[in-house]
Amino acid sequence: MVKLSRLPHLALFLALAAAPARAITPADILVIGGRYDDLVSLDPAEIYETSGAEYAANVYDRLVTIVNGRPEGALAERWEVSPDGRRFAFFIRPGATFQSGTPVSAKDAAWSLVRAVKLDKGAAFLLKQLGLTANDAERRIQAPDERRLILDLPEALAEDFVLKALASWVGSVIDSALVRKFEQKGDFGNEWLKTRSAGSGAYKLSFWRPGEGLALDAFPRHWRGMASMKRVVFKHLAEPSVLRLMVAKGDLDVARGLSADDLAALGRLTGVRVRTAPQAGLFYLAMNQRHPALSKAPVRQAIRRLIDYEGIAGRLLKDTKIPHQSILGEGFPGARLERPYRLDIEAARKLLAEAGIKPGQLTLALDVRNVAPSLDIAQALQADFARAGIRLDLRPGDGKQVLTRYRARVHQLVLAQWSPDFLDPHSNAQGFAWNPDNSDQSPFRLLAWRNAWEAPDLTRLVQRALRERDPNRRGDLYDELQRRLLEDSPYAVMFQDRHVWAERVDVEGFALGPGVDQLRLDQVSKRRANP
Amino acid sequence: MRRALGGLAGLILTLFGLLLVTFLIGQATPIDPTLTLVGDRANAETVQAARRALGLDDPLPLRFATYLGRVLTGDLGTSTLTARPVLSDLVRVFPATVELATAATLIGLALGLPLGLAGAYWHGRWPDHLARLVGVLGHSVPVFWLGLMALLLFYARLDWAPGPGRIAFALEGTVPTITGLLLVDALLAGNGPALQSALAQLVLPASVLGLFSVAQIARLTRAYLIEALGQDFVLAARARGLSETRVLLFHALAAVRGPLVVALALVWGGLLEGSVLTETVFAWPGLGAYMTQALMSADPNAILGGALLVGLVFVLVNAGADALQRRLDPRTA
Repeated sequence: MVKLSRLPHLALFLALAAAPARAITPADILVIGGRYDDLVSLDPAEIYETSGAEYAANVYDRLVTIVNGRPEGALAERWEVSPDGRRFAFFIRPGATFQSGTPVSAKDAAWSLVRAVKLDKGAAFLLKQLGLTANDAERRIQAPDERRLILDLPEALAEDFVLKALASWVGSVIDSALVRKFEQKGDFGNEWLKTRSAGSGAYKLSFWRPGEGLALDAFPRHWRGMASMKRVVFKHLAEPSVLRLMVAKGDLDVARGLSADDLAALGRLTGVRVRTAPQAGLFYLAMNQRHPALSKAPVRQAIRRLIDYEGIAGRLLKDTKIPHQSILGEGFPGARLERPYRLDIEAARKLLAEAGIKPGQLTLALDVRNVAPSLDIAQALQADFARAGIRLDLRPGDGKQVLTRYRARVHQLVLAQWSPDFLDPHSNAQGFAWNPDNSDQSPFRLLAWRNAWEAPDLTRLVQRALRERDPNRRGDLYDELQRRLLEDSPYAVMFQDRHVWAERVDVEGFALGPGVDQLRLDQVSKRRANP
Repeated sequence: MRRALGGLAGLILTLFGLLLVTFLIGQATPIDPTLTLVGDRANAETVQAARRALGLDDPLPLRFATYLGRVLTGDLGTSTLTARPVLSDLVRVFPATVELATAATLIGLALGLPLGLAGAYWHGRWPDHLARLVGVLGHSVPVFWLGLMALLLFYARLDWAPGPGRIAFALEGTVPTITGLLLVDALLAGNGPALQSALAQLVLPASVLGLFSVAQIARLTRAYLIEALGQDFVLAARARGLSETRVLLFHALAAVRGPLVVALALVWGGLLEGSVLTETVFAWPGLGAYMTQALMSADPNAILGGALLVGLVFVLVNAGADALQRRLDPRTA
């Protein structure tokens, strides 16, 4: 008979005995936790969000790839550019096969590029920048034989730019024989490919469950050889505290999207390592030029001096963002790293007086995402603006809500983020300084348009740099552009993003780069004895 | 027959009203639904094509009528967020919520009923104070915090419970989907390890969510019983020399089973709408998380489809509870 006083001990024993055996992740499976609920489609011609770009980078190969900022052959083992800079010939690597077993040919590559332009989904603009249109894409992209792809551009562009655009996820080469089987109503198999994979990359899709995550399996016949991790699982975990618990326990190999506090706590554990890497994304304050006060240069200058760049970075952002003021982030060739602006209330007051604005006279509305750290940064700005006599009304909203207002040009100030689509300076230059049509009917709604900023000379400069084929002269043009935007523009670039993640100490080769899709899963391994 | 027809007409009218209101709220949401489809950098042509595909250029009444017409044929449209038919999304996420809600309600019943009973029987003494304390805790402790604390203690520190998710990682994909209820599917497949894992994964989130039903059920049981115990039929039963257990269980409790069943149905129905915070903390892919995502992306079909499901569930659960109450309590028939 068990004595009553022993019952609690017995209960504890039973509970411990009944607890399932806890295991760390298997040696040949990589489990990554983070936010993976933004995936809308797995079709590379439709993808535009970060998680999708990372997926495509590992499931599909492109003609070329970017390694340490330089183009390198991928499915194309080499390429040639005609002397006039308009014709690119790519030579397909022999021996590469799709996951279906079909050999990769130049015809697949040509079909994939034409398909992306003609489908005209969110990512199509990346190829349209090369001057390709739905009407002439077929004529301009041709495969005269199985090994050769010819790209004829309407005008000569910087070689680096063309290759980097083709190296982005929209340039993914798709198994045309497979996808065409599922074509319906001229959709190029888009409906089918939205939830499936048909690539030649190091991994193929095992399953995707929206809102839960996805799993990829290694493709044994990849032309670079089979990856070390047989399976990679991306688990959608929205709550940072849960990520922290799971990576600490070993149920996750990599945790992304952790808060600064969680990272600090994880950094003190023995089995976990916290890592950071530069990311090209920028965090900036935008000023709508339709607002009478914001259209005055001294007011814009004053606002740049009402931001405590260092203080906010130190107190609120810790390692997750670092102060940066130019439109090209660190990691871009030729990025200007100087930071001419700092918090200077007196100078801001003088500039406001110069613009004829008395203390207490100006009230501005600031649209901001209702999440950390955006809201915290907005509150810090509110306090410093008040010291110079500007009242800042915060308008918090969901990310897409803020973006909708920004794109409708109804904001006054907005705290926003920008990520380049690929690591060529044109991506940011076009985003920030190119506005060929400032009317409400303009088909191009990038940042200069959203802030109603007419900048014809800068728009011309952006075009010139895009067409400049001499790399040195091109670099000089981007330097000039950065300098002029630093001097005056409707933006106060404040911070550059950093990738910050925690990984188990046995994980090797998990590396993130400045671009959105630089994660290469076939380079990841685990230092563990037995599976 | 007349009652059944009346009920059906009421159901149709309720669902129509629900759809109309949800549709109008959806229109007022200050989010551009094309952002989910084409991102924010696409040019006007691409955005326009996406708007046409979503039917956003049609007049409002026409859009609603088109939607209604499709719903009547069983087509809830395609979600912009998952690129899949909303119906198949709901078939995927709803069973997860049903499983969690049912387990939480059962925990609520198993603990709340005895607690309420004890509170009523020993009215004003310590079991009563305990019942009320649980009630207050259940209503006032934020579920988000409680979930995280439960994970910290039982998963991270004590290692008694598995981490977030519906099934152990190694068993992922080993159970063929038949009903979508993982416990049932694992049972049907005769997959012992999967059943054990799914059950273990369910315990913590269901207990956290269950605390709220414990509080509600205990509070209502206590209140109904205190009233019943003061009635003449209880006095009569005691006068006949029946044991206190018999009086409490077969007389007092039996008298209040009707309203209790309704209360229980309401608790269950409420949980079936999805518990977004619990689902977030425990990475439970249910209706709450799906609907929140849909709202945040202004995914029109997913919002309408989800609202329709929630409405349908609520109406059906209520109708079921009413019918049950009529059976259990002839006075209400």
